[in-house]
Amino acid sequence: MADLTTTFLGITSPNPFWLASAPPTDKEYNVRRAFEAGWGGVVWKTLGMEGQPVVNVNGPRYGAIFGADRRLLGLNNIELITDRDLHRNLEEITRVKKDYPDRALIVSIMVPCEEEAWKAILPLVEATGADGIELNFGCPHGMAERGMGSAVGQVPEYITMVTEWCKMYYSKPVIVKLTPNITDIRQPARAAFKGNADAVSLINTINSITSVNLDAMSPEPMIDGKGTHGGYCGPAVKPIAMNMCAEIARDPETNGKPISAIGGITTWRDAAEFMALGAGNVQVCTAAMTYGFKVVQEMISGLSQWMDEKGYEKTSDFVGMAVPNVTDWQYLNLNYVTKARIDQDACISCGRCYAACEDTSHQAIDMSIDRVFTVKDDECVACNLCVNVCPVEGCIEMVELEMGALDERTGEIVKPYANWTSHPNNPGAIKAAE
Amino acid sequence: MSNTTMTPGIQPGRLPGENLDVNFQDLHPPLTPHEAHVAADRCYFCHDAPCMTACPTSIDIPLFIRQIMTGTPEAAARTILEQNILGGMCARVCPTETLCEEVCVRETAEGQPVEIGRLQRYATDTLMARNSHPFARAAETGKRVAVVGAGPAGLACAHRLAMKGHDVVMYDARAKAGGLNEFGIAAYKSTEDFAAREVAWLLGIGGITVETGRSLGAGLSLEQLKQDHDAVFLGIGLAGVNALSVAGAEKDGVVDAVSFIAELRQAEDLATLPVGRRVVVIGGGMTAIDAAVQSRLLGAESVTVAYRRGADRMGASQFEQDLAASKGVRIMTNVMPVAVHGNGAASEVELEYTQDVDGRLTGTGETVRLVADQVFKAIGQTLQGAPEGLEITRGKIVVTGGGRTSVKGVWAGGDCALGGEDLTVTAVAEGRDAAEDIHKALMG
Ligand SMILES: Cc1cc2nc3c(=O)[nH]c(=O)nc-3n(C[C@H](O)[C@H](O)[C@H](O)COP(=O)(O)OP(=O)(O)OC[C@H]3O[C@@H](n4cnc5c(N)ncnc54)[C@H](O)[C@@H]3O)c2cc1C
Ligand SMILES: Cc1cc2nc3c(=O)[nH]c(=O)nc-3n(C[C@H](O)[C@H](O)[C@H](O)COP(=O)(O)O)c2cc1C
Ligand code: SF4
Ligand code: SF4
Ligand code: SF4
Repeated sequence: MADLTTTFLGITSPNPFWLASAPPTDKEYNVRRAFEAGWGGVVWKTLGMEGQPVVNVNGPRYGAIFGADRRLLGLNNIELITDRDLHRNLEEITRVKKDYPDRALIVSIMVPCEEEAWKAILPLVEATGADGIELNFGCPHGMAERGMGSAVGQVPEYITMVTEWCKMYYSKPVIVKLTPNITDIRQPARAAFKGNADAVSLINTINSITSVNLDAMSPEPMIDGKGTHGGYCGPAVKPIAMNMCAEIARDPETNGKPISAIGGITTWRDAAEFMALGAGNVQVCTAAMTYGFKVVQEMISGLSQWMDEKGYEKTSDFVGMAVPNVTDWQYLNLNYVTKARIDQDACISCGRCYAACEDTSHQAIDMSIDRVFTVKDDECVACNLCVNVCPVEGCIEMVELEMGALDERTGEIVKPYANWTSHPNNPGAIKAAE
Repeated sequence: MSNTTMTPGIQPGRLPGENLDVNFQDLHPPLTPHEAHVAADRCYFCHDAPCMTACPTSIDIPLFIRQIMTGTPEAAARTILEQNILGGMCARVCPTETLCEEVCVRETAEGQPVEIGRLQRYATDTLMARNSHPFARAAETGKRVAVVGAGPAGLACAHRLAMKGHDVVMYDARAKAGGLNEFGIAAYKSTEDFAAREVAWLLGIGGITVETGRSLGAGLSLEQLKQDHDAVFLGIGLAGVNALSVAGAEKDGVVDAVSFIAELRQAEDLATLPVGRRVVVIGGGMTAIDAAVQSRLLGAESVTVAYRRGADRMGASQFEQDLAASKGVRIMTNVMPVAVHGNGAASEVELEYTQDVDGRLTGTGETVRLVADQVFKAIGQTLQGAPEGLEITRGKIVVTGGGRTSVKGVWAGGDCALGGEDLTVTAVAEGRDAAEDIHKALMG
């Protein structure tokens, strides 16, 4: 069986699955049980400054988006960093690390953007024996109003500055956790590495309002008739997180730098996808909050089965393998032609593909009187919409036309690779050719 | 073809072969990948899941269903087989309606449980189709264990022992291993020779020798087995049957249901198997239902199950009773047999109505006669061939803890041992647990 042991920044854990800094990692009681359940590591719930801890609301702090059958797809929260005493947390971290030397234990920190504050807390964290720290520059609510969290993560100069302080006052690996509430994720990532961060982790939660109570006319979660934007996470944010991960992985300035991926990871496959996009390991929050710590067992068995099937012996064998295939639109092969094909044995004749294609795409599906659905090759632009709306997995396939075959829609023969940069319709290309 | 459902007497070939093929198809056909996906999606991944508690082998049901959901049915199969090496058979034969599926929270929510049994089959079938054995043996311990009886209890015990590195010799009185999986389970639950294929696959672990035609009490003695092995496990099931003590019970056409089923299971060609035109089955358990349903499927014109108590006391579950009804079997309750009439061969069964008087079953005096050219006795199996010296209570070998009998070095499990329901899955659990206990005892 494949060996899931993963070394990230020199920190070895029995598998690449860490719990992200959040309620699951808020206390010793949880973290011990998480380790017993099989988690490879944890990032402890973000610690704040010495003194009076922050307080949380005492009403609902979560809102949610559901899929069919009330499956939780997106979670939003207005929780702050740990509301427990700093020293109590540090004592617990010390004890847990001592008892679980083989698991990764990272301490997440968020203190004000002042050197003194970081200088004060870092030695205390160092003394716990934890394996590294993660700088929470991501929390988008509450803490941001106080100049911390995403308020720092949105200003690259601050990121570099604080990271430098941390590298100065702390000896072990420093991970910078990025906020997705920004237009170009490469900027904060570059800033982190400029400050000598050992890695970046992403994403933290996304600013969001999940629902509005139409009786009270207030966003949910509603606290005494009012609501505020909260941080969105869970399966719904995975595509956003994956793109950000890939952007950093393929940015020439940060290519190959360690990434710990976070955002909607729920199954082994989600983890494998992020890792293929360059993440050395992954962190999970919502999946554990939805299904409990035990959910890691499926991630472990699934990843090792997949690795066995693919012949990967260790996780580093496939990390980053998809990165070279993430490219810009302009380099996509415009001579790659596919057509939708409906498997008539699998088709249940629901007509969803027809409605989608007829009403909103290219009128390329034919419906017979007895409800047989077939693709018209001379109309199909291969948009993939029918594949995505069909309720039967694998029922509609995109079939590639061989080189030299006739594309009935354009009346042209399939030619070798050519992209937009040399396309006759591209003004730039014409100019270049002249 | 000369015989039909109407041909009098006990006759083979009442239905054309193609009808028989259809009739004896899978009761619970395998799920297609799409069906499995939809079925798996319904599971809530419950905490401390009630389904798991209800499974006698404690299979981690939420985990294996999640593994199916995420496209790794092979990993799901491993999760199942770690707890229950006969997970493939159990997926086919477990009365899930009274076990895991009965307590599924979606049964509570919508009256429609997650299809745990069929999902289990989907996973185990996928793995077994790869024809690989998922477990490896531990280093050999040099210990030898005798397992008597190659039914589910014996097989589960032998597999777990082999996995722990012990050498196992299985002895079975029959010519084939498998126990009731091979000889008892209804044909439409174990199709395409699944029982034999599963045994062959299970033996793939290595370290297990099977000696068939070796009977404890006839050639094999417990003393000898104890001398030659480090431990002995008895999984001999219930090889005897209760006698029907009514006038005429010896007449031709009156047979044990289990023998009829065993013959059916071993028949090369179901068209050669004789069955009565009018069949009466005495009893109310799984065996009675199976004999009745299979008689109908073979082409008997009318089949009646006659049970002496009320429907609520029947051993067969509601699902089994409904299945019988759907196949055209008539279930009569509160009737007990008083005589079999006929000149040499049975032609009628006389039943007396019963009632419950202060908890005692009492005849009302009113009787009824049913025309019957074949009468199946399905009134319970009994322990037979248990060696001298073992403590026996209520017709079963007394065991404590992990299947320890009153004799040192001898363990027992499955139908022959006291405790638990007489089910395949219970036998597997007991065999497995005894193996763990034997391992502990042998390794100190
Ligand atoms: C007709 C019928 C239908 C059933 N249907 C179902 C069902 O649908 N679902 C379900 O869960 N359960 C069902 N059961 C019950 C289930 O089959 C048993 O509970 C289960 O097989 C018990 O397993 P076991 O290993 O204890 O015994 P068995 O399966 O009976 O195996 C015992 C083995 O020991 C051998 N043996 C016996 N005596 C000796 C001896 N003296 N020396 C050597 N070997 C010996 C036998 O040949 C046999 O191979 C059914 C039972 C019957 C009779
Ligand atoms: C209730 C809640 C509290 C969180 N608190 C923190 C925190 O204190 N520090 C932090 O870095 N991230 C925090 N997060 C963000 C998560 O660590 C994670 O980045 C985010 O939820 C995305 O991952 P997911 O989709 O697996 O949940 C929190 C998330 C949730 C849901
Ligand atoms: S999850 Fe627990 S703490 Fe939260 S509202 Fe429900 S009962 Fe209260
Ligand atoms: S959406 Fe899929 S199942 Fe429905 S008609 Fe189209 S091809 Fe068939
Ligand atoms: S009880 Fe039902 S829904 Fe819950 S884990 Fe078991 S099968 Fe899934």
